Amino acid sequence: MADNFVSKKIDKIEFGLMSPKFIKDMASAKIVTPELYDKEGYPVDGGLMDIRLGVIDPGLKCKTCGSKLKECPGHFGFIELARPVIHIKFVTVILDLLRSTCRSCGSVLIPNEKIGKAKEQLEKVGQEFGIDEQRKMVKQIITSLKTITKCPHCKEKQFKISIEKPTTYLEDDKRLNPIEIRSRLERIKREHLALFGINPASCQPEWMVLTVLPIPPVTMRPSITLETGERSEDDLTHKLGDIVRINQRLFENINAGAPEIIIEDLWDLLQYHITTFFDNEVAQLPPARHRSGQPLKTLTARIKSKEGRIRHNLAGKRTNFSARTVISPDPMLNINEVGVPMIMAMKLTVPERVTEWNIEYLKSFVKRGPKEYPGANYIIRPDGRRKKITDETKEQLIEELQPGFIVERHLMDGDISTFNRQPSLHRMSMMCHRIRVLPGLTLRLNPAVCAPYNADFDGDEMNLHIPQTEEARAEAEILMEVQTQLISPRYGLSIIGCNQDAITGNYILTKYSTLPREEAIDLLVAAGADDLSKLPNKNMINGKEIFSVLLPDDFNFKGYARHYKEGKEKEDPDMIVEIKEGRLITGVLDKNNLGEGSGLLLRNLHKQYGANRMVDILGKIYRLGIEVLLKHGFTITLSDLDMKPEVKEEIKRLINEADADVKKMIQEYHQGTLELLPGRDIRETLELRILERLNKARNETGAIVAQNADKNAHALIMILAGAKGNLLNLAQMSACVGQQALRGGRIRRGYTDRTLSCFKKGDLGAAARGFVKNGFKSGLEPFELFFTAMTGRDSLMDTALRTPKSGYLYRRLANALQDFKVEYDFTVRDAGKKIVQFAYGEDGTDVSKSEGGKINVGHIVRTT
Amino acid sequence: MKQELKEYKGRIPLKILEELENELPDSIGSARLKKIIEKVFAEYRSSLAEPGESVGLVTAESIGEPGTQMTLNTFHFAGVSEMNVTTGLPRLIEILDARSEISTKMMEIYLKKPYSEGKDIRSLAEGLKETKFKEYIKSISINVAETKMRIELDEKKLKDRHLNAAKIAKIIDKGLKGFDLKLDKDESIRIKASGDDALNMIYRLKEKIKDVYVNGIKGVSQVLPVKRGEEYVIVTAGSNLKEVLKLDFVDAERTSTNSIIEVEKIFGIEAAREAIIREMKKVLKDQGINIDIRHILLVADAMTMSGKVLGVSRYGIVKEKPSVLARASFETPITHIINASMVGEVDPLNSVIENVMINQPVPIGTGLPGLVTKIKGDGGKKSKESKESKE
Repeated sequence: MADNFVSKKIDKIEFGLMSPKFIKDMASAKIVTPELYDKEGYPVDGGLMDIRLGVIDPGLKCKTCGSKLKECPGHFGFIELARPVIHIKFVTVILDLLRSTCRSCGSVLIPNEKIGKAKEQLEKVGQEFGIDEQRKMVKQIITSLKTITKCPHCKEKQFKISIEKPTTYLEDDKRLNPIEIRSRLERIKREHLALFGINPASCQPEWMVLTVLPIPPVTMRPSITLETGERSEDDLTHKLGDIVRINQRLFENINAGAPEIIIEDLWDLLQYHITTFFDNEVAQLPPARHRSGQPLKTLTARIKSKEGRIRHNLAGKRTNFSARTVISPDPMLNINEVGVPMIMAMKLTVPERVTEWNIEYLKSFVKRGPKEYPGANYIIRPDGRRKKITDETKEQLIEELQPGFIVERHLMDGDISTFNRQPSLHRMSMMCHRIRVLPGLTLRLNPAVCAPYNADFDGDEMNLHIPQTEEARAEAEILMEVQTQLISPRYGLSIIGCNQDAITGNYILTKYSTLPREEAIDLLVAAGADDLSKLPNKNMINGKEIFSVLLPDDFNFKGYARHYKEGKEKEDPDMIVEIKEGRLITGVLDKNNLGEGSGLLLRNLHKQYGANRMVDILGKIYRLGIEVLLKHGFTITLSDLDMKPEVKEEIKRLINEADADVKKMIQEYHQGTLELLPGRDIRETLELRILERLNKARNETGAIVAQNADKNAHALIMILAGAKGNLLNLAQMSACVGQQALRGGRIRRGYTDRTLSCFKKGDLGAAARGFVKNGFKSGLEPFELFFTAMTGRDSLMDTALRTPKSGYLYRRLANALQDFKVEYDFTVRDAGKKIVQFAYGEDGTDVSKSEGGKINVGHIVRTT
Repeated sequence: MKQELKEYKGRIPLKILEELENELPDSIGSARLKKIIEKVFAEYRSSLAEPGESVGLVTAESIGEPGTQMTLNTFHFAGVSEMNVTTGLPRLIEILDARSEISTKMMEIYLKKPYSEGKDIRSLAEGLKETKFKEYIKSISINVAETKMRIELDEKKLKDRHLNAAKIAKIIDKGLKGFDLKLDKDESIRIKASGDDALNMIYRLKEKIKDVYVNGIKGVSQVLPVKRGEEYVIVTAGSNLKEVLKLDFVDAERTSTNSIIEVEKIFGIEAAREAIIREMKKVLKDQGINIDIRHILLVADAMTMSGKVLGVSRYGIVKEKPSVLARASFETPITHIINASMVGEVDPLNSVIENVMINQPVPIGTGLPGLVTKIKGDGGKKSKESKESKE
């Protein structure tokens, strides 16, 4: 790639207005006719498709630079306008300038002695609020000085200047034509322009009135040839054709000495066309349209908005060497691997440079060709020519191959790739994985990395990119590989960890299991453990010992399990997870220690043994969990939700009690004896009290369910391990769904004075306002189903409305903060080198290198 | 603090030193202490953010990513005795926009000693509430023939707010012009209008008079005394911190409002920064989202670095950027380009997005350092266009 080395660097970009002279000098053709092609279909000289403006047809050569299609960048042309025309984007500026300067001498309407002071004031405003505000300020100053009607310099009387949108200026109701405007702008004293925030070096105000119009090169408005052979021109070409046509007519009429009124009309028409050429969405003008009626897409529309040039083409890039397909899980892969289907591996390639030492090796790839794996698809000659490898060319290319050539070989195990899932909300949404070529047609990933990608396997698709240069590969490997992304920069804890089955499996293993030695070895080998020397020499081995095999020998750790309660350690030693010298002494492993974003077990492993070792251990722990479940057998059934009859009775009693209380409250409300809560009226008080009472009832039923649920029921095991589900879910299924809340209160919408037609009007009772007293298992009453459907729909809407809102917030944040970086002096600065913080986060600590945002001082003290 | 620790002041942040001091066992040998502190220092050094680290983007990601998990639901039911406040995503947007009109303004008024224990808490709180004249009116009757209006007052209400008919009449009189106001013996107010348009005026007055401000703190529409731990706090809907701080029973040091712009006006930019941090923390904690404090600090600093509170929007932070292209790539590109051309602005191309646009390495992260080599001997002469620096 050394041949493509670019040594030029853009250092800065200056913005300014183009002067008429500049436009003419830059142009390579003067356009005089609206015709595009002659009878043969060859571009007309002096027409809009003039080949001096660049070529878009294969076979033609550009008359200006002599290059062919795709090589010629295109060249500007120009047209001389018969009469000057206002540039739509400068309408307000021109208005401000006309209003604030003298109509005869061109000075600002501020007396000389006050100019200095005004300038200071204006510059301050300009810096603070931008130049739009600065220009408005000039007028304010003039109004306050009362010099608006008479020039303080030449004593000329001034008139009121107004604007009739979009482009007509009036002076005391008399129309000012662009010629007059231009000459006034010319007269404005250059030294006064700074007051308006205009820099005369880059922008002379008279240039805001166009006398010549640059014609963009044909390469930026290519025509397309339809299947019928008919040519369809670009919107800009259409618009330019209009402009040239009207301009020619205007010329002819002026030369023929046509009546003033005709010339004026044509002039206005020219103004309209040029205005819509720049911006076809000007509020006061009807947009120019195609024959089909759809508005033309002109310059402004090309640049702005998400689909515009800036955000779509300049800030957004496209890529080759990428792939996308459905993903599926494979826990047998390492965490930093991605399984790639063979068919993809044979399309995606890695360029490898031929040297003396690998020439035979690479020749073997070329020999196998594109159809046999692992082969090669292309070779690239040192002059940059790509040659496709086919059965015919194969032999010849092998002959030709010598050091300096590049072979694009098929993807192989261990190659580097970046893997991504949209929406790419944080940097862990795009990580570097090692390739693993596998049979099948989906991309495979270890389910442990689902969390950072926020992926699941219900049909999600993901993208794979193959970096093509050494530099890109090195960056991907060093900065983006999964190991380097383990600790989330959001909160400084491990973002990947075990989930679902892996947690349940390890929970069961460390809590209940005792296995014969053979089975234990079976498990460990399946999980990928290679050193079984730690396994005690016994016939029956308990789960904790099995788990310990995966831990490093010198690992010490103390943490808490999920069910930890202070002071109760004696009753259940498993509440505390204690690892001494690589042996799990007490404690069950659950989500608190193995899960993502929680617990310090994984964080400590990472800290002590580094990312690579931790990834390896995590992979093994994950597989161990899954293997345990495979052996153990794990499923939830409906009977997990069964409650004993007396428990059912109790739940019923609790709910009836609550219902009775609610009835009592309603009665009190009607009698007016309800005790008011501070700052509330009686209706609000009632609502809040009922809500409180019903929530209490639901919580009580929940507690009873939690107490009485079968401890060996698989549903409960999952809940206790933290793998999936929570006690609330369980209670909702087996006891009582509870109050359905809509807009922060009980359901009140629906018919007049009632929620559904099966209730009496004015019924404020629990059931009538959305309290679902049944559980999902026993089944809901019809009206209860409606209530759950209402809240369900509400939450769907919430999600649908939230996504764009939070997306916009994110975009704004990213745009505002993207330039902030830590400098070599450890201050945080923006692009203009302004200091934001003297030390990042006040102590300079990088969150992803900390432990939950802190340095674990206690750990250092204890271990030293 | 121990001598050994003191030596590291300035090299290790104070907070870490303090934490270390707490963790140290009571009796510790000097040698071990030294070893520990060396280790802490090394640990701290290795946890520093490296130069070039794009902390801004990391912050944007850390706040933007969990944004999708937040609720849109404005209301929450924290319990019986709380105000309804805007929370979740709408509130976060509000804070970051630095809006001056937020949807639910709120104050937490802490009280001085005897009152904070609950003395007169109800009436104190009630006294803060802004009342308008309509709340004191029992009935209004208009005499069309004489263009007179008679207002009967609600005595109980008056008494609650320590007012009497005479006082209120005075207040109303002040608020009105061109009317004749008298207090009757039966404690009702009589107003007479005169002039050509008297009848219309009296009808218009009937509506106008209802909204005349009587007493309380302007802007406070609801008050709620709440017990926070040991003490009583008054929570209000609506905010007017300036007026509240003037009251002598208010503990000015702890009383706060959730309106950032108000804080900025009264206490200045540093206080506004604190307010942004506090409010953001509140929202995120409320939503159960775990974000490191550093990210919040960075956003708050970015919003306040210029000396006034700027929103994260095209009118705020983005507008302050030195680069035309960076601004144009955000919103309203045409306006930015047009203005840049008039000012003759020069884009120095030293931030991220412009360099993405023109396909050059971005000056951030690994794109930041440039390498310079001296080329010795013939190598230098032969290749005149020496490739001295390549990113």
